[in-house]
Amino acid sequence: MMNNTRRGRLLAAVAVGALAFSAAACGSDEPATPAAEGSGAASAPAEKVEITLQTFGGGENFAYDDAVAAWNSSHPNIQVKYVNLTDRFEDTYLPQVLQWLEAGSGAGDVIAMDEGAMGLMAARPQYFADLSQYGLDSRKADFPEYKWNTGVNKDGKLFALGTDIGGMAMCYRTDLFKQAGLPTERDAVSALWPDWNAYFETGKKFKAALPKVGFVDGANTVYNSVLAQEAGKNGGQVYFDQNQTLIVDKNPGVKAAFDYVQKLSEGGLTAKLRSWTEEWNTAMQKGGFATMGCPSWMLGVISGTSGDANKGNWDVAAVPGGSGNWGGSWLMVPSQSKHPKEAAEVLNYLTGKEGQVAAFKEGGNFPSSLPAQQDPAVADAKNPYFNDAPSGPIFSASVAQLSPVFFGEKHAQVKAAVEEVLVGADQGSVKWADAWTRFVEEGVKAAG
Amino acid sequence: MSLHVDAGQRTRPVPSSPRRHARPPGPRRWLSWLDLRAAPYFFVSPYFILFAIFGIFPLVFTLWVSLHDWQLAGDKTFIGLENYTELLADDKFWNSVLNTVGIFVIATVPQLLLALLLANALNKKLRGRLVLRLSVLAPLVTSVVAVAVVFTQLYGRDYGLVNWVVGLFGGDPIHWQNAKWSSWIAIATMVDWRWTGYNAIIYLAAMQTIPKDLYEAAAIDGASPRRQFWGITVPLLKPTIIFTVIVSTIGGFTLFAEPVMFGAGLMTGGTTGQFQTVAMFIVKEGFRDFEYGYAAAAAWILFLLILITALINFVLVRGIGRSR
Repeated sequence: MMNNTRRGRLLAAVAVGALAFSAAACGSDEPATPAAEGSGAASAPAEKVEITLQTFGGGENFAYDDAVAAWNSSHPNIQVKYVNLTDRFEDTYLPQVLQWLEAGSGAGDVIAMDEGAMGLMAARPQYFADLSQYGLDSRKADFPEYKWNTGVNKDGKLFALGTDIGGMAMCYRTDLFKQAGLPTERDAVSALWPDWNAYFETGKKFKAALPKVGFVDGANTVYNSVLAQEAGKNGGQVYFDQNQTLIVDKNPGVKAAFDYVQKLSEGGLTAKLRSWTEEWNTAMQKGGFATMGCPSWMLGVISGTSGDANKGNWDVAAVPGGSGNWGGSWLMVPSQSKHPKEAAEVLNYLTGKEGQVAAFKEGGNFPSSLPAQQDPAVADAKNPYFNDAPSGPIFSASVAQLSPVFFGEKHAQVKAAVEEVLVGADQGSVKWADAWTRFVEEGVKAAG
Repeated sequence: MSLHVDAGQRTRPVPSSPRRHARPPGPRRWLSWLDLRAAPYFFVSPYFILFAIFGIFPLVFTLWVSLHDWQLAGDKTFIGLENYTELLADDKFWNSVLNTVGIFVIATVPQLLLALLLANALNKKLRGRLVLRLSVLAPLVTSVVAVAVVFTQLYGRDYGLVNWVVGLFGGDPIHWQNAKWSSWIAIATMVDWRWTGYNAIIYLAAMQTIPKDLYEAAAIDGASPRRQFWGITVPLLKPTIIFTVIVSTIGGFTLFAEPVMFGAGLMTGGTTGQFQTVAMFIVKEGFRDFEYGYAAAAAWILFLLILITALINFVLVRGIGRSR
């Protein structure tokens, strides 16, 4: 869910200690190299300019402290003031930023935006600077198609560049797999589920051995993984087509993902949990379920929630079907900025290789920038909490084949509404027989 | 000061009208007018100025917004009463009204009755009376969110204490969020845990103003303690009861933190809106879906609902003790 995405990211960051693992896990001992963006230094203005950078997330969620410090030390005339406004994106950050945009003042020179709100922003291009004016359209080759396209609106205006990306892997409990007589070694586990059908069959085997434990936590993560893969087969459309027409009932990808979740749930494979609840946290600690869909930031959530007692019990395997994404953010320059040119330079730096690698080292945010993904600090990253799982290669593989996805203006609202029906059906407040009708109805209402 | 002067005027013999108008003209008269008539308004004005800025203006502005299709940082079109007509036909809105009223009733009625009985018990001569009185009030100083978080854990489906007890008696674990009745009960207990003591202390304070000789006279006439309670205490507490009922009505109709925390921080109030209150509905429309106009209309209807319900309650409660 959208909400989950944000809270996930926030939790990921709240688990500061946990994320420190990822940072330490990069296996890189080199000190952060002071950034010297050639273009930035060369075109430094004569007067000193202060650029305000606004982000969201708890703890070190955006993890820009090191990146900003490096920039400030090499750019005396463009000083970045880094303000992490709040740890709550959906409740606080987004309404606040929208009010600032409407009021014409208050927003920073560079602001961060979560995936769920990108469709909304794309429909309001008048509030954002055209980044291609500052030469940033040259960055296209640095990004996966999906990440790049989401920052371009339907008129071709480049208004945002990507920062991190969720990617998708499958986290699993080695201790529970062992009890169920399944392989525990990550390559063997990945081989258990080349596709979602095999994942379901593995779940049935698991359930036969351990009937009281859920095979997967709930409906959300699997639904979103399947949906991302299916959407790719349907022209990258999810709930809306490129004309902002609601296609929730017509998109075969949505139905396929829905049907798969129904199959899992009716097969008794889910623990019927809703993400980000106390129950879910407790189940994570006590081994209430054996697998869950894992974007890169989820590793920090798992290690932070499960605690030291479970270190080594969790491991990371490939996601069925090979690709997927959940979450990720973009940076943009509001047109109300008084220094859009300098702001664009800062944005260019932060979304570039150096900025993204620094954020990965500091907070574990997986880079969307392809050169950053190839950096040894990312590509060779291992996660000690997860038995030294090679998180770098796993996540870069999952985003490499990711198909571009289009977010409609009301994507976030529709997504929240329909996933509520899925959770309800999984937990029993909605009958599966009525669920699809209700799913479509709720989607239509939310699109309003 | 002005009060004193006014009082002085009143005791004076009524002056004949010509003399009254024959005051000395000029700045002196103006000053005295300022002193007598304007100064009091000036002294009370800060409240009204603040109320105008933070009370009246938002109220009126909300009304203005509610007449528009008002998207945050988006289009704003005047659509008259369309939001209201749409809202009155929106079953999700009525669902939230039903939830709010339902939770209000099952929370407030037992709560006020219990508070009354508690106050009556605390009004007796007891050992350690002060400690008992303080402990009744203690839940009030805890944060609403803390209360809600702890209770939500108690009502947890898989690892909650309540379901553990249910299991001891051989019952199946209840998923408290899943049905209307169970979620309403869970939320009502949170509300009651926090507010029963507060109302009890208010009742207690009022009970202590009831003259003792009424009870003595009743006791001599042979009235049992129960009869004394219903025949003397409750009727004499009527103004206080009306106050608590109205405050509870306002609190109950704006119920927000408990159901939000109970529903994992979401504004949907359960997968099918089992416990979405009107306040949550407003926040969801305004700050999740960015339909400001629609949310503003809902806020105004909530305001009217509170007014109507408070009036109904006032009339109902005013009848207490009439027949006795």
